[in-house]
Amino acid sequence: MIWLGGAILFWLAAWAVNASVAGSAAGRSRAGRVFVPLLFGITVLVLWEGVVRGFGVQPVILPAPSAIWARIVASPEVLWADFVQTVVKGALTGFVMGVGAAFAMAIAIDRVPFLQRGLLPIGNFVAALPIVGLAPILVMWFGFDWQSKAAVVLVMVFFPVLVNLVAGLQASERMQRDLMATWGAGYWQALVKLRLPAAMPFFFNGLKIATTLALIGAIVAEFFGSPIVGMGFRISTEVGRLGLDMVWAEIAVAALAGSVFYGAVSVVERWVTFWHPAQRH
Amino acid sequence: MAAGAPVIEAKGLNLTFQTGDGPVHALKDVNLTVNRGDFVSFIGPSGCGKTTFLRCVAALEHPTGGTLTVNGMTPDEARRKRAYGYVFQAAGLYPWRTIAGNIALPLEIMGFSKAEQAERIERVLELVELKGFGKKFPWQLSGGMQQRASIARALAFDADILLMDEPFGALDEIVRDRLNEELLKLWAATGKTIGFVTHSIPEAVYLSTKIVVMSPRPGRITDVIDSPLPKERPLDIRDSREFIEIAHRVREGLRAGHGDEV
Repeated sequence: MIWLGGAILFWLAAWAVNASVAGSAAGRSRAGRVFVPLLFGITVLVLWEGVVRGFGVQPVILPAPSAIWARIVASPEVLWADFVQTVVKGALTGFVMGVGAAFAMAIAIDRVPFLQRGLLPIGNFVAALPIVGLAPILVMWFGFDWQSKAAVVLVMVFFPVLVNLVAGLQASERMQRDLMATWGAGYWQALVKLRLPAAMPFFFNGLKIATTLALIGAIVAEFFGSPIVGMGFRISTEVGRLGLDMVWAEIAVAALAGSVFYGAVSVVERWVTFWHPAQRH
Repeated sequence: MAAGAPVIEAKGLNLTFQTGDGPVHALKDVNLTVNRGDFVSFIGPSGCGKTTFLRCVAALEHPTGGTLTVNGMTPDEARRKRAYGYVFQAAGLYPWRTIAGNIALPLEIMGFSKAEQAERIERVLELVELKGFGKKFPWQLSGGMQQRASIARALAFDADILLMDEPFGALDEIVRDRLNEELLKLWAATGKTIGFVTHSIPEAVYLSTKIVVMSPRPGRITDVIDSPLPKERPLDIRDSREFIEIAHRVREGLRAGHGDEV
């Protein structure tokens, strides 16, 4: 009861603090903008801890944050090995290859309008394939190790990037393309100097969607066969052993990795498309 | 080429667009000669083909009949030889480039050296009175300044012909007056041939040595007026008797072209 009451008390106190900070001038300062969501996050964890302890929730149903943290601290080597296997080798490799392939394909489609009618529907078709059907097939083709995971990620990432980039390449204004023509610019000059920069806001939309897809793809693909390392492998086996604290530890790592990945892409986006109205301050 | 030699020559020019509602006669039997150093305004209601004619000269549209030569070449050859700078109604500056970067863009495409680019950028920025704004981004400048920057961009590569499609149409009267004055100065300083589309009678009369009055459906020329106004034109010339007479004749031409359609 103490746990539950303490948690609720903390929640109310944190609520009051956040409400007053967010309403004041401090809330608009840089520190304030970090403090408010941080306190909110801590509150959620405290409430979670209090509820689990107060009601005596089974660890199999929901482990307390402290138990998850204890597991993270106790097994850094395992988590690190899983992270490298799934995120670095599987997701990132597949992401880079998928984005590269989509980029090349988008330019091919742009250069040859005929391909637009032929290849876009095929890309669309591939994107509509369910990953749970695709993943086992790709594991058969490319083996149990990270290569098959990268292949799954490639397929998942390819389409959103392609569609966005193709749309982006058509986003430059007619007047600006006419200007290029009056200067006697060729296709590649117009592409590099006008149409690719104009396409960047679209491209980054595709990339940001692709970051989350890449992580999901790499983890889920491991359910269909993997060496005895990897986040997806760990999650599926630990669920079988009722080691739910380990499952949650992997989820925490995945969430952190996904956020950092997305954040990194956002930072690059702000740097590349600083001129776009959505990025100006 | 000597001053006064023909630069743009159109003979029996026709352009028909095929649309869903049948053919549209954008230009019909247009005959016009523009000489070197002329300042030619094209005036008329929308749909009269004034913009279309300018776009034909720039090889952005292709006539379906008649002949059109620019410096004795086809418009497309002239385009590839970078014979003209084009200024659109909107400034059309690239937001990811600074003002200097925007002016450098055509120069980069045409392969000027870095040193020459810098030198030309300095010169045209001074010409349009934007000195010191080279490092700003377009969205940090007012509409009038953006339009001046786009004129600087069209001037940077020293094309003989400047084609301007309602360049000041989106600006307010005061800014417009000032830019008109500056444009005349610029024209006097550079000796370029200018083709200028507008639908403002005072603007056309104030700027031009030759006013081409056009009318719609089909787009055609109804009157060509050679202006007797002197080359030096202070803003208050607009109250003079000659000015008012020319403006009157332009208005008559516009009215006649409209026929019973108004």
